[in-house]
Amino acid sequence: MVELVVAQKLDLKGLVCPIPIVKVSQAVKQVQVGDVIEAYATDPGVLADIPAWCKTSGNEMVSMERVDKGFRFLVRRLK
Amino acid sequence: MSVEGNNGTTIIVMSGDMDKVMAAFNIAIGAAAGGKETNMFFTFWGIKAIQKGNYTGKSLFGRMMGILNRGGIDRIGPSQFNFWGLGRWMFKQMMKAHNITPLAELRKTAIDLGVKLWPCEMSMNVMEIKAEDLIPEVQQTCGVAAMLEMSDHSKQTLFI
Repeated sequence: MVELVVAQKLDLKGLVCPIPIVKVSQAVKQVQVGDVIEAYATDPGVLADIPAWCKTSGNEMVSMERVDKGFRFLVRRLK
Repeated sequence: MSVEGNNGTTIIVMSGDMDKVMAAFNIAIGAAAGGKETNMFFTFWGIKAIQKGNYTGKSLFGRMMGILNRGGIDRIGPSQFNFWGLGRWMFKQMMKAHNITPLAELRKTAIDLGVKLWPCEMSMNVMEIKAEDLIPEVQQTCGVAAMLEMSDHSKQTLFI
């Protein structure tokens, strides 16, 4: 099993489209290939947007879950 | 032109309405954040979105137009319910209340992400808008052939 080490945490609470995507794309550039980013957001748009962004940009959607009043997701940089 | 590959996004911005310009920048930001080479081609009313906002024009009609068209990106109104500026104010208040990024900031985000903004030479001529009336971040003025070449290298070409 691959161990999950979160390289960077992002607080995207209160931000709406397209800013969460911008923040995630900027954060991904700052970490090493293989590293995971953990983010918290409140905009329900991330449910569809983050997986779609992962596909277009070639990164991995590790997980997406509902947490108290929002969403927590993990993205792994693949390239 | 600096366009390479075939995974770009080209957006032709014809409209100078707040809502449509906002959509255009939103899409551009999304594309650029997804790693696509993104080019926006501004023509006719869309040019207002990349103007500094000063008075423009030389001839009588050109100056009249420059007065009506002044103010740049902060002074563009919604395509509906503008009511001579009242609607614009109302929309700005509502956008603020819902934490939506203002247009000027959206444009800056796009530029920071590497989106290229191309002004249409022909429209600038007709409307008597000079290169120095545009924000400094824009690329050189160009025409339809340049825009089509960007489109050739793009998976998506949108006309807004």
